Amino acid sequence: MAHKVIILIGTKKGAFLMEGDDSRRAWALRGPFCETWPLNHVIADPVNSTIYAAGGNEWFGPAVWKSSDLGATWSHSSENLVYPAGEDPIKSVWSLAPGKGCLYAGVEPAGLFRSDDEGQTWRHLAGLRKHPSRPDWQPGGGGLILHSIVLHPDDERRLWVAISAAGVFHTANGGETWDPRNRGTRADFLPEGQNYPDYGQCVHGLVMAPGSPERLYQQNHCGMYRSDDGGSQWTSIEAGLPSSFGFPVAVHPRDPATLYLVPLNGDVSGRYVPDGNAAVWRSRDSGETWQALRDGLPQGNVFFGVLRQAIASDGLEPAGIYFGTNTGALFASDDEGDSWTCIAEHLPPIYSVETLVVEA
Amino acid sequence: MSQEKSTIPDDRSSLARPTVAVTLAPALVRLFPGSALRVEVPAATVGEMIDTLECRWPGMRDRLRDSTPRIRRHINIFVDGERATLATRLAPGTEIFVLTAISGG
Repeated sequence: MAHKVIILIGTKKGAFLMEGDDSRRAWALRGPFCETWPLNHVIADPVNSTIYAAGGNEWFGPAVWKSSDLGATWSHSSENLVYPAGEDPIKSVWSLAPGKGCLYAGVEPAGLFRSDDEGQTWRHLAGLRKHPSRPDWQPGGGGLILHSIVLHPDDERRLWVAISAAGVFHTANGGETWDPRNRGTRADFLPEGQNYPDYGQCVHGLVMAPGSPERLYQQNHCGMYRSDDGGSQWTSIEAGLPSSFGFPVAVHPRDPATLYLVPLNGDVSGRYVPDGNAAVWRSRDSGETWQALRDGLPQGNVFFGVLRQAIASDGLEPAGIYFGTNTGALFASDDEGDSWTCIAEHLPPIYSVETLVVEA
Repeated sequence: MSQEKSTIPDDRSSLARPTVAVTLAPALVRLFPGSALRVEVPAATVGEMIDTLECRWPGMRDRLRDSTPRIRRHINIFVDGERATLATRLAPGTEIFVLTAISGG
């Protein structure tokens, strides 16, 4: 059966769709969509191929855009996507995750919402912001943002969220109550002796290994980590990487031991790829060892970064891997990262990359 | 999308309110198919004006007003040449301009 691969691209100035066939060698770009709003996360529900785009416009506030026809037409809504009167208003939507018959949205200032009607209306899952740690949550460079939502594939009541800079939180009851899950992750920006708090870590990205829901990986402001118990305890896997700093992390679509990072040169060093050479770093053994993947990526005088939601895999065999840069370039690999091709340049700064595979 | 003057009738509760003329920002009109660059609405305050726009084009209120509630930071609503708040009162025939601020693009 022939497929169409659609790369969903969220940028500072709208959504773009890059379409290719099974070969993943020829691509065609469509966009910009969504009235060139800044879009932090563009995803698709794999069940019905509905595309959602989350963002916030400086003039018009936060909204989730929706297309049910692969980008031909779009609508938007933020009905009940609000905090109570008097609280700091929601500035932007930062992350989306499709559940079984529902859609979750993470926002800035950090909070979690759920829609049961495909993004038309929203319900605040207020339990997260009732956590006693909330007065201590501090914004990172991107704001106080809930940027990662990870759903348990078999238990709808269980989900994890990641907040910069409050850390990872887990609920086992659909969002009524939450527990911090940060043990073992560092906060180098706190005074010596206070570097392993219960919460307050600056997590940058959180993903779940395929077929292994208790295995989580996170890229943190201060290191890279793996958990094999649903985040109760984290183990550093940064040995062998060129830097402990980076934003994005992606997992292989089938192999729970394979993951991809784009380490940057450090939080006070410009946040570029190290030494001006672009590389994606891959581990095939759950983070025990790492391999730099450079074939086809620019080497020398490269000063881009890759933001937290701007790397993704597809579900094909072999897996395709894609990442976008904050300088508007999009790179693709059709061989699990072994080699790369630049398939778009001169886009607006890329905030997110996701994929959708449909029948051609 | 229509950019002609809107003549959509309002509900009976609007009859006691003064009618005011509103010019909407093009970037706002583009978000709501069927809306118009210039409309006449019954409203005694800017807040009521926004509520009336919401009745005509669901979702428009969220684009103009946040949950504080107040007019969004990068939206300017001018009433008789002065920047207004939600509580600004409107007289019959008032000209209102809803503009996107230069700071927000």
